[in-house]
Amino acid sequence: MGKTLAQKIWEDHVVRSAEGEPDLLYIDLQLIHEVTSAQAFDGLRLAGRKVRRPDLTIATEDHNTPTIDILKPIADPISKLQIDTLRNNAKEFGIRIHSLGDADQGVVHVVGPQLGITQPGMTIVCGDSHTSTHGAFGAIAFGIGTSEVEHVLATQTLPSKRPKTMAINIEGTLKTGVTAKDIILAIIAKIGTGGGQGYIIEYRGSAIRALSMEGRMTICNMSIEAGARAGLIAPDQTTFDYIKGKPHAPEDWDAALTYWKSLYTDADAKFDLEIDLNADELEPFVTWGTNPGQGLPLSGAVPNPADISDSEERGAAERALQYMGLEAGTPLKKIAIDTVFLGSCTNGRIEDLRAAADILKGKKIAPKLRMLVVPGSERVRQQAMKEGLDKVFLDAGAEWRNAGCSMCLGMNPDQLSVGERSASTSNRNFEGRQGKGGRTHLVSPLVAAATAIRGTLSSPADL
Amino acid sequence: MEKFIKHVGSGVPLRRSNVDTDQIIPAVYLKRVTRSGFEDGLFSAWRNDPDFVLNQEAYKKGTILVAGPEFGTGSSREHAVWALQNYGFKVVISSRFADIFRGNSLKSGLLTVVLPQESVEALWIAIEADPSLEITVDLDSRTVTYSDVTVAFELDDYTRWRLMEGLDDIGLTLKQTDFIDAFEAKRPAYKPKTLPIRI
Repeated sequence: MGKTLAQKIWEDHVVRSAEGEPDLLYIDLQLIHEVTSAQAFDGLRLAGRKVRRPDLTIATEDHNTPTIDILKPIADPISKLQIDTLRNNAKEFGIRIHSLGDADQGVVHVVGPQLGITQPGMTIVCGDSHTSTHGAFGAIAFGIGTSEVEHVLATQTLPSKRPKTMAINIEGTLKTGVTAKDIILAIIAKIGTGGGQGYIIEYRGSAIRALSMEGRMTICNMSIEAGARAGLIAPDQTTFDYIKGKPHAPEDWDAALTYWKSLYTDADAKFDLEIDLNADELEPFVTWGTNPGQGLPLSGAVPNPADISDSEERGAAERALQYMGLEAGTPLKKIAIDTVFLGSCTNGRIEDLRAAADILKGKKIAPKLRMLVVPGSERVRQQAMKEGLDKVFLDAGAEWRNAGCSMCLGMNPDQLSVGERSASTSNRNFEGRQGKGGRTHLVSPLVAAATAIRGTLSSPADL
Repeated sequence: MEKFIKHVGSGVPLRRSNVDTDQIIPAVYLKRVTRSGFEDGLFSAWRNDPDFVLNQEAYKKGTILVAGPEFGTGSSREHAVWALQNYGFKVVISSRFADIFRGNSLKSGLLTVVLPQESVEALWIAIEADPSLEITVDLDSRTVTYSDVTVAFELDDYTRWRLMEGLDDIGLTLKQTDFIDAFEAKRPAYKPKTLPIRI
């Protein structure tokens, strides 16, 4: 029997396999940021251990960093200490770091691909759940905790239980105004926040093949929101073209390409689970609740918990409506928004900015609404400015910021206040995620831009 | 890591599903560079509510958190595990845990026990009827016992052995350095490196 793509990559990285033990998996690349690494480096120091492969490790600053006045000292002393700690650790252990102000600083999952160090057939880890983003290149990429960060620093390996494999087949053609973000939000609504638990999901089908690398990254990025260990898309010409010419593209291109072209699921391979989705039927999708599975087409209305048969789900929906301050039956398009956030590792890349700018060009955002545009990386910011997108956003009345995670997780000062409602291109609508008491609706960049203009959840077709 | 063989304590019923890591500890509490002190951020958004279970006197001494399904979804922050441990929890019971949270807990010595949802519901009822109910979580026999009820749970032999011995995972892997060396010797040269820096 043939093998799935995930099985092929996994087997190429098994350092040691023994009955009754997890596989010891070789890790090709570890990405590091300030929030989940300090305790790992401390652990190394305490045990007198070194970083085994600094040349397979790269650090940047993103979660906790300010997006304005980035070259001034960081105001919050605890935030400053965390950043300084990363800088000192990188220096002490000989790790490459891209700090605030550096051309390659930015959200860690935007930085890896744009440098060309994310490549097909790799194993990639980072102390961040959205590491699944890199799966778009046909790599097994997953988030780990700080103990595992330390483990990889010390050994460049990770004992890991082999995940099951799931295929999500998306055939058909997306309608105008429907994006990769809508595909993944629809998938999570369908399979739930635990639906992918224990699996590596491979996204397949004509609708996936038609996506750009950036769209594929958006899909793989949110695999974790369905509970999956990782998301994966087989590499193809789109992937190879994206990597070609990037700073760290392979010098021996032909050898790499020969290997990359072997990375697909064999025709006779069997997945543990397969799910089908019709791309023709998809619409712009938004979340109404407090987990990413609580989503609906934008044309719908806030659901009535009484209509939900499962008691756990009903209770969760009741709590979500109360937290979100929503009435059952309200059309989603009637929901008024205070803040629009365009950015994050989900939708902070250049295509996302272009798509939103295209809608906003020559228009103004709604009075009283604030819109934050936070490029995913400094390179994205520079590119956007070269194309004049910054002017489009500023002329529309939006704020144009520096790169970072920003309001996606509200760890820096970019936060919602109590009761403030956002339409956000990020990945999580958890209670308080974007600031204590803040209310989040997850949307695509197109919906974000249209919403900014109209002041209520909207798609470009409503303009 | 401290050995985990058996824990006897009282329970805290957290009747909520999808308790994500942002609920366990919001991002603003993640700025410390130590592994301790995170108890102040544990469930911080709910701690202002006097009815919240951790604010009730009867559950103040609880060391076994009994939660709804999909506990620990969301971010990979191990701080969520540390916050629970720093507060005093030794065990979390749920019918489903998110993968990364589960992995983190078992690396850090917080035992996460998966029981069927019916058993979780029965345990909630028993704890609410008597908050001082003595619950025994025995890793050796892989059982949870209270009153005259005993429920078995699964945990793979390797993880169980590691927890019961309190073994350092990195130390175990470093014993396999010969295998790692051999693997690296065969690694293709076209695999990317972060150093030297190429622009």
